[in-house]
Amino acid sequence: MADSKVVDPRPLSPHLQIYRPLINMVMSIVHRITGVALYFGTLLLAWWLVAAAQGPKYFQFVSDVFGSLPGKVVLFGYTWALMHHMFGGIRHLIWDTGRGFDLTTVDRMSWASIVASVLSTALIWFAAYGLR
Amino acid sequence: MSTRLPPTPSPTQAILRTPLGRVRGLGSAKEGTDHFWKQRITGVANIMLVTAAICILVSLIGADYATVRKTLQKPAVAILLLMLVLAGMMHMRLGMQTVIEDYVHSEGSKVVLLMLNTFFTIGIGLTCVFAVFKLSFGA
Repeated sequence: MADSKVVDPRPLSPHLQIYRPLINMVMSIVHRITGVALYFGTLLLAWWLVAAAQGPKYFQFVSDVFGSLPGKVVLFGYTWALMHHMFGGIRHLIWDTGRGFDLTTVDRMSWASIVASVLSTALIWFAAYGLR
Repeated sequence: MSTRLPPTPSPTQAILRTPLGRVRGLGSAKEGTDHFWKQRITGVANIMLVTAAICILVSLIGADYATVRKTLQKPAVAILLLMLVLAGMMHMRLGMQTVIEDYVHSEGSKVVLLMLNTFFTIGIGLTCVFAVFKLSFGA
């Protein structure tokens, strides 16, 4: 049934290209994208742990890769994706209790998690490099 | 994985079994809220574990190898990392499963990708576990 050819294409309901992007819709999409990015990003954590278990020489090599400019850019993105996904997840946990479904709250929680993700990313990187 | 409802019963059988009644309990896939619930448990765990792990990682920025090794060998740190890996991999596997089921509709590719998802998460997870064990117990 899934392979049957549609001879006369049926009209489709309005979809992504039609609707004006709303903040909660953007948040939902970004939540999924950050989730997928973090999925593959765990390769970095695994690489770092394996390097630490391997020995000083290889650990130094991996540290240098992570400490290079491209490495730092990737790790910065990883940090933000992690924070965004975490605050997005907390929003979902609030919804799970049946609260926060009115449109004003939905919009506010969306913006709050964006602000929180940026601030916490900045805080983490300030703690990592700013205090030294 | 199959989400098909059992065939609609004949009118005589249907008297006491409404469609709603048939999907109640564990639902048509017979796993109920298992996926949802595990995603939530691991998500809540990850909030705490990720926060703790970030604090440890930030404290290790710029540290030499001996310090990193000594920190990762501490039982509390090692156990925290093991819990993070376990909860993280379960969460990742469930999340990616949803993504695959949402976007991949051809049965063959879907089954292959769902398998690869399991292989990837368990592979990465056990690699991390091995590294943590080697740091703690290895030479």
